[in-house]
Amino acid sequence: MPIWIEEDAKVLVQGITGKQGMFHAEKMVEYGTNIVGGCTPGKGGQTVELQGSNFPVWNSMTEAITETDADATVIYVPPPFAGEAIMEAADAFDKVKGEGVIVCITEGIPTIDMVKAVAYVYNRPGIRLIGPNCPGIITPGENGGAKIGIMPGHIHAKGRIGIVSKSGTLTYEAVAQTMSIGEGQSTCIGIGGDPVNGTGFIECLAAFEADSQTEAIVMIGEIGGTAEEDAAAWAAENVTKPIVGFVAGATAPPGKRMGHAGAIISGGKGTAEEKFAAFEAAGIACAKDPSELGAVLLESLKKAGLR
Amino acid sequence: MNIHEYQGKELLRANGVPVLDGVHCKTVEEALDAYDSLNSKVVAVKSQIHAGGRGKGTLYNPKTREHVMDGGVKIAFSRDEVKSYSENILGNILVTIQTGDEGKLVSNLYIESGCDIEHEYYLALLVDRENKAVMIMASTEGGMNIEDVAHETPELIHKIIIDPNSGLMGFQNRDLGIALGLSGTALKSFMKMLSSMYQMFVSNDCAMVEINPLVKTKSDEIVALDSKVSFDENAEFRHKNWDSLRDLSEEEDVEVRAKEAGLSYVKLDGNIGCLVNGAGLAMATMDVIKLYGGEPANFLDVGGGANEEQVKTAFSIILEDPNVKGILVNIFGGIMRCDIIARGVIAATEALSLEVPLVVRLAGTNVDEGKKILAQSTLNIHPADDLAEGAQKIVALISGGAQ
Repeated sequence: MPIWIEEDAKVLVQGITGKQGMFHAEKMVEYGTNIVGGCTPGKGGQTVELQGSNFPVWNSMTEAITETDADATVIYVPPPFAGEAIMEAADAFDKVKGEGVIVCITEGIPTIDMVKAVAYVYNRPGIRLIGPNCPGIITPGENGGAKIGIMPGHIHAKGRIGIVSKSGTLTYEAVAQTMSIGEGQSTCIGIGGDPVNGTGFIECLAAFEADSQTEAIVMIGEIGGTAEEDAAAWAAENVTKPIVGFVAGATAPPGKRMGHAGAIISGGKGTAEEKFAAFEAAGIACAKDPSELGAVLLESLKKAGLR
Repeated sequence: MNIHEYQGKELLRANGVPVLDGVHCKTVEEALDAYDSLNSKVVAVKSQIHAGGRGKGTLYNPKTREHVMDGGVKIAFSRDEVKSYSENILGNILVTIQTGDEGKLVSNLYIESGCDIEHEYYLALLVDRENKAVMIMASTEGGMNIEDVAHETPELIHKIIIDPNSGLMGFQNRDLGIALGLSGTALKSFMKMLSSMYQMFVSNDCAMVEINPLVKTKSDEIVALDSKVSFDENAEFRHKNWDSLRDLSEEEDVEVRAKEAGLSYVKLDGNIGCLVNGAGLAMATMDVIKLYGGEPANFLDVGGGANEEQVKTAFSIILEDPNVKGILVNIFGGIMRCDIIARGVIAATEALSLEVPLVVRLAGTNVDEGKKILAQSTLNIHPADDLAEGAQKIVALISGGAQ
């Protein structure tokens, strides 16, 4: 069993009539994701054609979840409205079924909006938020699977490696590395590179530890904040499965934001050196080069008697 | 986005936070007029640059690099002193601990009234990543480098975390004031000030407001003596006035142009240019270049959906840096297709008549087609299958060329 998202999870698309939403909805359907419709306020009653089939559009998330019994939603709403879209989804899932997964892809949401949205989600314990500013979450299946986000589906295969990362393309790199040693993935999660986000490393590690399909974990961090250090310390006490790690940004200069809003070394804190040291202290096998993740993973699997 | 002290103080004043009277000036004449109008026996003459450490900085002549004056913030006791300090500051280069050796040209001054200081405090509002909420930090050790205080006497830094649903609550505000040793009129003044400042932080989408020092005057008033305010750039769409507050001379011109083209670029000191999709992968590419003995010349993320034109702009920005002796392109195509990137790379290298060695690593969507396009080109493009190979190739090509 994968984590949080089953292969056949029913998924809604918020912003399905927009350019980004429609493009990625098409890709998700193509991959085999069980898209059940979308939500665009003011366009309720319309349909959207994806891969030759028509999908319904609702005015509100409450209506959409009530009608489809969706398990998850993915948000492609522009930054000014994305914080509100997260809260609408949280409210609707909580009211209608008491649980649900919200995946927010949008990049560039004001931090204050995320502070409010995250607090709103935390007050509804059945609701999980992944992102924002992330590639999403994917649970590869035997045929297709659940791809909720913008990652290229075809590079994945069902397997036993759980992947969690702050970065998008670096996650794809990690996926390719597992494939290079003949390993597939249970679930891959991009938690996003913003300073304030929903699900963090520790929740992902806990879920992978509890998941019977996952037998080893790849964790990819980057400079800024202390999430990697906290996760490493937690893993040392709580995770029995092998973990392989990498941290991006060893050559990043202090005080400069490196693309992601959260990727900045400030006041001498949040360096890659500290994060690698925390990983090593927690017994996480580190690759200094992402092209070596496969080899390091293979060695860890052998050491654990899994190969 | 950072703003100057004088702009920060206008914002504080407009939001009901007590600051001293002051005037923004761009010439010595304006500074003297400001002195006359302020009617204060003592004034501070303050260089306005975005970097910190101004007081302990040093001013140099921009052409001759001759030493002009120590200290970018001066206390003047007369009109003559205002004149000489202003002359020494305006048009000269201020080097501080935060500017690097090249320093910053000072074009703006702030002339501010003096006050009788009883005690200096430190105060900052920022978004705390771990608590995912606004945090207020305060200390009795004002005027010092707060990182040193945090390191040596962490017990002297008091923190409160604000629940966004309830905002800054009265008891939190009072507890913080009491922790700073305030009572009576000063405590009341502090609470009123902090309440206003929190409102300002949220409604203006601030990323950070740092007041060092915040002072208690001899008449028990709490006043913001310095101000360092920055905004969350993601919120620019709802603050039309930020455009007028932005001082482009404080930002790297090439980084501004990259941003306008939808690229994220940071210049570094090395000689290997990089062009990558995704921030994490772009950082990892720099790291791996270094790992194999090279030095990256830049961070450059072309984003998730770059087109041919953006790839061309990215190349031209990389090549503006005269230190660049070779370029490594590293693309993991997801939504972005490798064949499109390959065509973009060829078009850009032809248009810019690229002379330095170029290594291209493609992976992901349509990779075979992309590689075929590169192989068929008559241009001198070195392909690589993974990041390690790409980094090793470009490092080898550069050191070969240097012989």
